[in-house]
Amino acid sequence: MKKKRNYNLIIGCIITGIVLLLALVGLFWTPYPTTQMSLELKLAPPSIAHIFGCDHFGRDVFSRVMQGMGTTFLVSITTVSFGMIVGTIIGFLAGYIGGWFDEIIMRINDVLNAFPSILLALVLVSFFGSGLLNVIVALGILFIPSFARIARSEMLRLKGLQFVQSARLIGDSHGRIIFSQILPNAYTTILASAAVGFNNAVLAEAGLSYMGLGVQPPDASLGRMISEAGSYLLKAPWYAIFPGVAIIVLVLGVALISEGVSKID
Amino acid sequence: MKKVISILVALVTVAALCACSGGGNNPETTGGEGGTNTDRKASNSVVVGISQDIDSLDPHNVTTAGTREVLFNLYEGLVKATSGGDVEPAVASEYTIAEDFKSILFTIREGVKFWDGTEVTADDIIFSVERYAETQGEGSAFSIFESIEKEGENQIRVNLSEPSSEFIYLMTCAIIPASYGDDPQGAPQGTGPFAFDHFSPGEEFVVTKNANYWKENCPYLDRVTFKIVTDTESAILQLNAGTIDIFQYLTADQASTVDANMFNIVVGSINYVQGMFLNNNAAPFNNKLVRQAVYYAVDRQMISDMLFEGTSHIIGTNMIPAASTYYNAATETTYTHDVAKAKELLKEAGYENGFEFTIKVPNNYKPHERTAEVIKENLAEVGITANIKLIDFNEWLDVVYKNRDYEATVVAVDGTLAPSSFFTKNVSDNVNNFTNYNNPEFDELYVKALSETDKDKKIEYYMQLQQILADDAASIYCQDPSNLVAVNSQLEGYVFFPISAQDMSVIKYK
Repeated sequence: MKKKRNYNLIIGCIITGIVLLLALVGLFWTPYPTTQMSLELKLAPPSIAHIFGCDHFGRDVFSRVMQGMGTTFLVSITTVSFGMIVGTIIGFLAGYIGGWFDEIIMRINDVLNAFPSILLALVLVSFFGSGLLNVIVALGILFIPSFARIARSEMLRLKGLQFVQSARLIGDSHGRIIFSQILPNAYTTILASAAVGFNNAVLAEAGLSYMGLGVQPPDASLGRMISEAGSYLLKAPWYAIFPGVAIIVLVLGVALISEGVSKID
Repeated sequence: MKKVISILVALVTVAALCACSGGGNNPETTGGEGGTNTDRKASNSVVVGISQDIDSLDPHNVTTAGTREVLFNLYEGLVKATSGGDVEPAVASEYTIAEDFKSILFTIREGVKFWDGTEVTADDIIFSVERYAETQGEGSAFSIFESIEKEGENQIRVNLSEPSSEFIYLMTCAIIPASYGDDPQGAPQGTGPFAFDHFSPGEEFVVTKNANYWKENCPYLDRVTFKIVTDTESAILQLNAGTIDIFQYLTADQASTVDANMFNIVVGSINYVQGMFLNNNAAPFNNKLVRQAVYYAVDRQMISDMLFEGTSHIIGTNMIPAASTYYNAATETTYTHDVAKAKELLKEAGYENGFEFTIKVPNNYKPHERTAEVIKENLAEVGITANIKLIDFNEWLDVVYKNRDYEATVVAVDGTLAPSSFFTKNVSDNVNNFTNYNNPEFDELYVKALSETDKDKKIEYYMQLQQILADDAASIYCQDPSNLVAVNSQLEGYVFFPISAQDMSVIKYK
């Protein structure tokens, strides 16, 4: 049988690749310094010199989008990784050990799930104080429950299967069973939900920065840029549109990858 | 693919929502006072958008200018501020300042009543003035207050320990019933044109017409709702949706997005001094040379151009230009934008390679945040690294204002009618000296200015005080921005005050 091409994965990788490349380049080089102000260029429309136009301080929007994508990407990837690793460990343990341990962990999970995530993030950030690191920690904690839940159900599904039982009969250690038998069979599901989680993280970071809790000025993040652009929506729409499009592209790329990954067998 | 499409749709919706509903306030819903402008005209009520929550209902213990603006409508003193910057009799029907400036005699106005209809007695007035005196710290302008006593049936005399021609401006302190004891918060009572109705923190503050008000045909409105809208973008949306009638502190940019058919834009001056205030106790700002260097490095005209289309008045001290008699215009140009000079001063101070510090900025007012951004950029030119940290306004009050735990902050300060009020914050032992400014020469001159009865000499002293502040670069005073107010075009009578006040009693429907 001819293997069907996984277009979701390919297109997703291309889009994310481009975004990542721009963000990476943005770390070292941007067309203009991201904080360079200029009165003449205040709210200048897109032109050849400034393809995305300029903001309310005459700063180049394209340069700031590059920097902002980097920030947003960094925040999202760290929070999701944190949530995924901690969540998976907790979920696996809960599923593997079972009994009262499982009960306690999953009920704590339910409690965390009972609050709307953005609200919980707000509470955490106002508790820790604003700033990029605190946003990462707050969002990371928020992502634990969903991963724990998925890891646990995978564990329950695989635990009863023949090959795991066999491994146990041979006398494999618990660690070996979890890491060599279960993990390789569970990772596609977990990775697929990591991609969905990534999208949520992008939007959550944008939301928190929009409220002025995330990145501190004058550093750029996509959410912060949209928030700043709010006052100039009618006068300089490009200022809001380009960071908005950047968020959409970033999320779209990862969403496609997620679709693609879930189809890999 | 279906999933991707649904994600896309959701994204676009989220983006659209993000862009439109700043701060999460849906313009379609209003608390309490619903309906459109026409409905409100029928019920003779007005909704005023305010950007800060009310911090206290106790008129003697108010911290923020935003609260004073609102409480101006509820409480009155023996005299009351006029929009021209003077005082007029209120609870007192007339007053006479003694020739030696050491006492003031007030005649209590006949038939002045509190909102609930009880008549104001001499005891209430004595209680109020004494209570207010207690809340004012040592070194405040009120510290020269000595005693207050009854004279005859309906007269009251205020005695001062030192002569002062300015004390009459402080007699605007609110008169509240003596029966209140210590807690006017629970059920406030006053003599102003509007009576307190209810207050939902974070949402709205509602007042109704005081039927017992002493002035005939005043106020015109039956009900005023002060609606708390913390961000200006959503306020503009609400203005255009017709749910707010009056909103102030718009920038020229923002004013141009307000529907011109529905609103008139009235222009005044904000009458506050915005700038970067420095903690004079925190290194390296305890070094005068460093402060001066920072002053030279900051481009104030650029801040005005970036934020207010160049419409603000560039200033050099705590004093606002509207207090024209005492205003020292020379301080505006004590420092100019001069990078070379700044570097030179830094070198002299031993900070040749610059230094790093944090500016704590309250996050409830965009211009402060943006001013900090421009300052950061300016300072980078001379090698100083400024980090901006946005904090909640309540946290700001606690950490910066009360505990003075900061290096620099961008805020605005204001004063009262008395010219001395602009300088009390810089007297070394004053409780509100949050910049920890300490200059014995200044303290001495301040006391002299306060007790001076000769007007020319007084003016000269105040001029000198301003020059000292400027020479010391006590803080980086930047600007007094122009204040653009959107007022529903069906309303008339909006006036500006040189103090924090929004007088609703003179506003009426055409």
